[in-house]
Amino acid sequence: MEWLRFNDTLHIDLGILLDPLSVMMLTVVGVVALMVVVFSIGYMKGERGFGRYFGLLGLFVFSMLGLVVATNIFQMYIFWELVGASSYLLIGFYYTRPAAVKASQKAFIVTRFADLGFLIGILILSSYTGTFDFAALTADNAAIAVGPQANWAMALIFMGAAGKSAMFPLHIWLPDAMEGPTPVSALIHAATMVVAGVYLIARMFPVFQFAAPDVLVLITYVGAFTALFAAVIAITQTDIKRVLAFSTISQIAYMMVALGVADVAASTFHLFTHAFFKALLFLGAGAVIHAVHSNEMSRMGGLRKFMPITHITFLIACLSISGIPPFSGFFSKDEILVAAFHHNPVVFGVLLLVAGLTAFYMFRLYFRIFWGAHHYDRPPHEAPPIMTIPLIVLAVLTCVTGFVVPVHIDWAIASAGVVAAVIGIVVAWRFYAKPSDAPARLAARWAGFGQAASHRFYIDEAWLWVTRRIIFGGISRPVAWFDRHIVDGAMNAIGSGTVRVSETIEPVQGGKVQSYAILFVLSVLLITLLVFVLC
Amino acid sequence: MIPMSHYLIVSSIMFFVGVYGFIARKNLLAVLISIELILNSVEINFSVFNRYLYPDHLEGMFFSLFGIAISAAETAVAIAIIINIYRVAGNIDVRHIDKLKH
Repeated sequence: MEWLRFNDTLHIDLGILLDPLSVMMLTVVGVVALMVVVFSIGYMKGERGFGRYFGLLGLFVFSMLGLVVATNIFQMYIFWELVGASSYLLIGFYYTRPAAVKASQKAFIVTRFADLGFLIGILILSSYTGTFDFAALTADNAAIAVGPQANWAMALIFMGAAGKSAMFPLHIWLPDAMEGPTPVSALIHAATMVVAGVYLIARMFPVFQFAAPDVLVLITYVGAFTALFAAVIAITQTDIKRVLAFSTISQIAYMMVALGVADVAASTFHLFTHAFFKALLFLGAGAVIHAVHSNEMSRMGGLRKFMPITHITFLIACLSISGIPPFSGFFSKDEILVAAFHHNPVVFGVLLLVAGLTAFYMFRLYFRIFWGAHHYDRPPHEAPPIMTIPLIVLAVLTCVTGFVVPVHIDWAIASAGVVAAVIGIVVAWRFYAKPSDAPARLAARWAGFGQAASHRFYIDEAWLWVTRRIIFGGISRPVAWFDRHIVDGAMNAIGSGTVRVSETIEPVQGGKVQSYAILFVLSVLLITLLVFVLC
Repeated sequence: MIPMSHYLIVSSIMFFVGVYGFIARKNLLAVLISIELILNSVEINFSVFNRYLYPDHLEGMFFSLFGIAISAAETAVAIAIIINIYRVAGNIDVRHIDKLKH
């Protein structure tokens, strides 16, 4: 359906695109959204703004579905901004908390900044291809998109995707976005919206592959670095939602690497499985937070006795994300590892290390929440059925989704991944399942590194420095000065100059009729004289 | 027949007497009379040019008639204004009539 026509060839259409990729995403969004909405009924009970919450959730699901079925890049951009807006509204749901307001603004500004690149990329791409349509762009091995501008256009589009999918260095908004309600984090910041970047690149993959292969290399390295970087930070965080947030960043980076090494199937498969187990992890974390009223790991421990269902489902999700067979994460992670192995051994090594780290920090989280001992003033209680049923459904899905896609398993690489995961789990068990001073000793030895990692490597500070010093201090302030002194000054000079001139010539209009008459007569005589002299 | 230039000399004298009076006299009534002199000199010109240059037309004559009628109306208005100024200011010296400026 044609919506907006610019010229004979370039027009924006609105339509619905159904292909295996979008159907897969529709399934993910639909199922996770349903589970999250059901869970939220229990989680948000008695909160202020219960109706507003579900309204915003509905807006989000609408925009996400619109994004998924978009037939052209501009329609996708419209819904892309809509999911950004609803994400902003939901992060700032607790608008009375200053941290939530700040986090929502941060998320909005960072993603907006990335979307600026996305928009410029769209404009460059459409200016030389003359179309927005995905089908036209990707047809014939993206022949239409090949050109000297392709690298720039696709790099800028990747910038938009990186902003939405929290790739380094635009990842800073995602950990702060955890200020929103936990089910929102599960839906938006784990399962659906943050993978929109992966979806976008998968959707335009032929263009990347044939028109801009250099950008794919960029994607690979950015993804590998982000995966490692986020996994290291996740080890040091103590807020359970932040651990999950960094784990999300790390896992999305995995998908990006898979795209970068040209294995779209592995990437979307991991997207598919990740959506379920990460939503399950977040909802489990939500149930835990609901029970103990805190996000801090130090306030938890020994919860397996109090919350058996949450415990079991959380364990399944942890095993899945760690890549232990037969859970879904194993299959998709193995696919990515295989693709990376055939492409670039360095990237493969990084991913293997990340797999081990993932297992370690997930089980650190698991052991500290559910094992050990902790004294509670009021014993926590298991979540009500309306919250546990979504957990169970998602746990079942986590167990079975690995078998949905028939995959060929390369056992050599798979066993390497499993060994890395098992090492991570064992180390986590040694450190955290029983009281142990090993973490403290290790932290003491690596004090500087641990400090840096727990401060997220000061990336936020670096961004703040960039924005404060360079943008505000270096650009905005001189521009403001220019505006205040040159532009406003010019206007004021015109005004005051006029006033001064009129004050000087005021006596001429003395109110005396006869002086006017003299001037009048003399002027007429002068003009007459001039006419006679000159003619 | 009297040459046209004689009429024009008379009307020019009337015009400049009027201009001088308008600038130099201090009494508003005298200023008004000066304006009438200027207008009448112009009407003489209209009539004379019409009579001498286009004898078979009457536009100039009619324009003079219009001018006379309008100057009569204008005089009536001006006299009314002068009377009001006299009531407000107590005199009709043109040098003092600059209140509207402030």
